[in-house]
This record gives sequence, structure tokens and C-alpha cells, in this order.
Amino acid sequence: MFRLAVTASAVALMALPAMAADPVKIGMVTTLSGPGGYIGEDARDGFKLAIQEEGGNLGGAPVQVLVEDDGLKPGNGKQSAERFLTNDKVKIMTGIIFSNVAEAVVPDVLEAGAFYLSLNAAPSNFSGKGCNKNYFVVSWQNDTLHEAVGANANRLGFKRMFAMAPNYQAGKDAIAGFKRVFKGEVVGEIYNSLDQTDFAAELAQIRAAKPDALYQFEPGGLGITFLKQFAQAGLKDTIPMAVAFPSVDQRILGAVGDAALGLHVSYHWNTDFDNPASKAFVADFEKTYSRVPTTYASQGYDTARLLASALKAVGGDVGKTDAFRAALRKADFVSVRGAFKFGQNQHPIEDWYAGDVVKGADGKPMVKTVAKILTDHVDAYAKDCHL
Amino acid sequence: MNLLLEQLLNGLQFGVMLFLLAAGLTLVFGIMGLINLAHGSLYMIGAYAAAYVGVRTGSFLLAILAGLAAAAATGVAVEMIVLRRLYRRDHLHQVLATFGLILFFNEGMSILFGRQPLFANVPATLAGALTLPGGLRYPVYRLVIMATGAGVAGFLYLLIQHTRIGMLVRAGATHRDMVRALGVNVPLLYTAVFGLGALLAGLAGSMAGPLLSVQIGMGEQILILTFVVIVIGGIGSVRGAVIGALLVGLVDTMVRAFLPGLLRGIMSNASADSVGGGFSSISVYLLMAIVLLWRPRGLFPAHG
Repeated sequence: MFRLAVTASAVALMALPAMAADPVKIGMVTTLSGPGGYIGEDARDGFKLAIQEEGGNLGGAPVQVLVEDDGLKPGNGKQSAERFLTNDKVKIMTGIIFSNVAEAVVPDVLEAGAFYLSLNAAPSNFSGKGCNKNYFVVSWQNDTLHEAVGANANRLGFKRMFAMAPNYQAGKDAIAGFKRVFKGEVVGEIYNSLDQTDFAAELAQIRAAKPDALYQFEPGGLGITFLKQFAQAGLKDTIPMAVAFPSVDQRILGAVGDAALGLHVSYHWNTDFDNPASKAFVADFEKTYSRVPTTYASQGYDTARLLASALKAVGGDVGKTDAFRAALRKADFVSVRGAFKFGQNQHPIEDWYAGDVVKGADGKPMVKTVAKILTDHVDAYAKDCHL
Repeated sequence: MNLLLEQLLNGLQFGVMLFLLAAGLTLVFGIMGLINLAHGSLYMIGAYAAAYVGVRTGSFLLAILAGLAAAAATGVAVEMIVLRRLYRRDHLHQVLATFGLILFFNEGMSILFGRQPLFANVPATLAGALTLPGGLRYPVYRLVIMATGAGVAGFLYLLIQHTRIGMLVRAGATHRDMVRALGVNVPLLYTAVFGLGALLAGLAGSMAGPLLSVQIGMGEQILILTFVVIVIGGIGSVRGAVIGALLVGLVDTMVRAFLPGLLRGIMSNASADSVGGGFSSISVYLLMAIVLLWRPRGLFPAHG
């Protein structure tokens, strides 16, 4: 009798909507190890926070996130993605931080008929002619980060600037993007190696060039080392610096401390944004993970919220490909950045802000937003994309 | 002129850091015949211990002592537990085992300290810049590193050329089997040599902390250049390590600093920067190739 009851209830459970037993799988390939590991960690945690807020669902549909570390190696990323696509039959992928990994992985994902929602990397070859109907970017287009620095330098009235970036594609794109908008003269350029640890030689050159200000794109561990040595060399008080937020994200700020004071930063989201979605996100993130969210975390969170809006529109059935895509394109969610919409290449059309690093109320350095520098900014490649 | 002097000093200072790492590596490789890829991990452990203690106590001296102690203790433990079993094995086994140690230490450090880099401060007394003759202002801390390196080189010279231990070390480098046959306690000698190498790596790590960021994998970044140094200098030779390290430090810095400027005279700015950037990252390997063509066993080969 007892057995019968158990069987009966098991059958009854199975009769519940199939959705409940069959979560939507999301494949996340991201960078969790190495000096850039904290970036993937934050993007992942931001993404998972949105799921946690909905009690394990996104847009009412139960989801399961499969996470793998690419270790900043394109080959590793490719392998993980292949596993997700063939073994786990994943239809939605996200997570990649670095553009060189994205360039290796994204074509595979799209070829397999799956969707890719980028929460960070947005290399130019997928933004113009190479755009794809199943490829969405929530963060930015890579160049726009640096165009914003150019706009900020114009606002601050710098005429002669020195530019510096690592010697790889994203570094070259960075300086190109900066020059596209900056109206003054670039008096010197340095491409340092990606695994550089001592910048003494470069600092001596910057000192000798006597620029009005320095623009540098040194993300992650490079940025920490560079900012420390810049301050130690006594340049901090003589040469101002204008950077995009990856050179001084909230973690780097925690690591370099006062050496970052006075930096001019540009970004599309910061912890001090005064809108309800942003405030709730910061409070929730700090409560859950006991640390300040980085902008990367906000991108992960927004990506999950975008996905939630689309899953809701199709009732959790990703098989309705066209409806799902149309729903994604609508971007019917409240972003922590405020307004959010996609351009014709499915990259965001968004506002950029400038802020300064100042001492916060607790004595620790923080970024304080001072101005909006670009409104509804569209990237330079969107016009070449015909979907 | 000042720019040239400043870049020369930068090159020397980089060379000194390389020397501290290379001295230990070359002794271990030359005397014990052991390829130790995990030498960079000892450097990282020294840096972490120093940064951690330095931030907690605020004392630079305690930080350095902690870095030295942690690296030396780890070195001795690793030698006794793992490496001792590998001396008679093939180099491939040593490479595999010590590569495993790298993974072990990197993961261990990220469990202990997290993935976020640590931040160590230059001590207040050494934080300023000194005005050198000619009006160049150079950070005191970097000058202190150079002085420390010179001190260590002098100490190693005395130790190796003028003490009994040094005699055994030299003998071990050239006539390993004879030393053993004469009844010297070879395992103890090996442990001592390895411990000394670890100590020097720890010193380099704890001094590098305030300059660089203390992070997982920092040892591997510098390890490859360290191998270049000992190959150029001649494996097993401390004198070779000094010369090789200074050469590599100077060439790397000078090419990085001046090549793009020189190329700008003959090509456009953007291509000068990318060619210069590309060339400066291979310049030390080119140097190694040239030295090896000229002297296939390095500048000061230890094994006659």
C-alpha cells in the first residue's frame, strides 16, 4: 500500500509541467584563473545573483548554469564550448571575458545554431560585417570603451597626450578607438608586452615626453602594477591620467589604494548610479558576496536579466528560436545602467560617463561620477552590419 | 642624457632581480643536475609571505624576514619530500614533477589568499627619490634593490670561493661522483644548496612585492627569463649568473626603451611601435642565440 502511494505521488510529480523537470541549460565559458581570474569570477557571480533573486529561475523558467574556466586560453575555451554544445545540448552560451578567447569560441557556438550573449568581450570583427543574428552583446563594443576616454580627455581639455597599451589586438584597438575621438595630439605611443611586470623603462619615456596627460589601457594585473609604479616614480602628481574602467575597476582600486587617487575614469556603469535597479543590485551583491561589485559583475547581472526577459516571452522554450531572438532584440528589462537598447548590430546603444577617483566616506578610494560624456553612443561598426 | 642614465639604472635593477633568481637556479641545476621549474613558485611564496606580513605588521624588516623564512622552509620541505626522489631520474620526470609543483603552489596560494593580487607598500623610509649627480631623480627603493643584489653577489663569491662549503659546492658542480666517493654527506649538501637557492628566490620575491603586483603565476612570468640567464651565463656558474642577469636586464630594458624611437626615423610611428614592441620581446632570446653560437656552453661554463 505504501509502495503504491509512493509510486502514485511520483507519477503525480512527473505530471507537473515538463519545464519544471527540465531546466534551461546555460553554458558559461569564462576566465576564472590567473591574474584576470577575478573578472570572470565577478561576471559569473553577477549572473548568478539574478538567478538567485528569482529563486533559481530566469523569467519564470528554471535554469541550470554550467561553468567552465578557459584560463585565458582560446584552445581551452573552444574545448569547453564544444562539450557544452554537443554533450549537454546547450542552446545559450555566455561568459567570455577576453576578446582573443571570444574570437575562437563564438563562431563555433553560432555555427551550432546556439545563441551567444556576450557579457564582456566584443571584438570588432563580430560587430560590423561579421555580425550575426544569434549574437548579442550586453556590455559594449570594444572600441567604445576607448572612444569614451577620448571624449573625456576632450572634456578635460587635454591637448597633448601619451598613449600606452599592451601589444595585442585589443591594445591596438584601444589606441585606435581613443584616437578616433580625441581631438588633440598624441605625442607618443607605447605597446608593452602582455606579461610585463616592470614598467620602469616606459615610465622614463613618459616622463621625458612631458605630455598633458596619459591615456593607458592596462587591464587586470597589468593595471595594478602600472598604477603602483606610476605613483612610485613620482609621476602621479605631475601627469594626470585618463583611463577606461578596466584599467581601474573596483578590485584594482582596492589593491592599489591611494595610488589611484585623482584618476579620470570613463565607464557605462558605476556603483554610485542613482537608479533603483542599480541600488538594489549593489545592495544585493554586497549582501550575498560581501564585496563591492565590479562593473563586470553588473554586466553579468544585466546579461542574466536580458535572458530572463526573453525566456519569459517564450515561456522558457528556447526551441522557439525566432520568438526568442525577437524577444532578446527588444531588450525588455530594466538595466542597472538605466536606459538600455540594442543597435542594428545587436550591440548596446548607451551612455558613457566620466568620474574621478576620490577618497570615499570610509577613507578608501572610490570612483565618483561627475559628468555624462556620450549620449546614446553608437559604435563605429554598426553601420556595416546588415541583419 | 638623463633618460639614458635612467634606463641604464632600470636595466641594472631588473638584472639584479634576475640574478637573485638565477643564482639559486643555476646552483641547483649545475650541482644537483635538477631542472626545477618550481623555482618561480618559491619566488611567489616569498612575495606572498612578505606582502602578507608587511601589510599586517607594517614592518618592512619583518616582511623580508617572513618572505625569506617562508621560501627557504618551502624549499627545504620540497627538496626532502619530492625532489630527493628525482635526482637519479630522467630530466623529463623532473620537469613533470616540478611542473606539478607549480600547479600545486598556484592553486594553494589562491586557496590561501584568493585570486585577488596582494598589495605591498614601499616602506616610508625608502619611498622617496634620490637626486643623482646630473639632476636625475631615481626611486630610492630601486637603488636599495641594486645594493642588495651587489651584497648578495659578494656574499656568494666569498661563500663559494673561500669557504669549505663553497669548495664542496664547486666540487659538486664539476666532479659530482668523486665528491660522493670521498664520503661527503651529499644529501645534506643538496638540501643546503636547494635551501640557499630558495632563500635567494624568497629574497627576490619579497623585494619585488612593493614594485610589482603580488599575484598567482608571477613566478612563471619571470622564470623563463631566468632560464635564459643561466643558459647565457653557463649552467652551474654563479659568476655567469651575475653577468648573464645584468646582460639580459640591460638588453631587455634598452631595446624596449630605445628601439621604437630609432625605428621612428625610418618608418611611420604606428609600425615603428609595433615592430619595436615585437622585437623587444624577442631581443633577449636573440641575445641567447648569439651567445650560444659563440660559446655553446654559455659564457662561464662550470663543467670545464
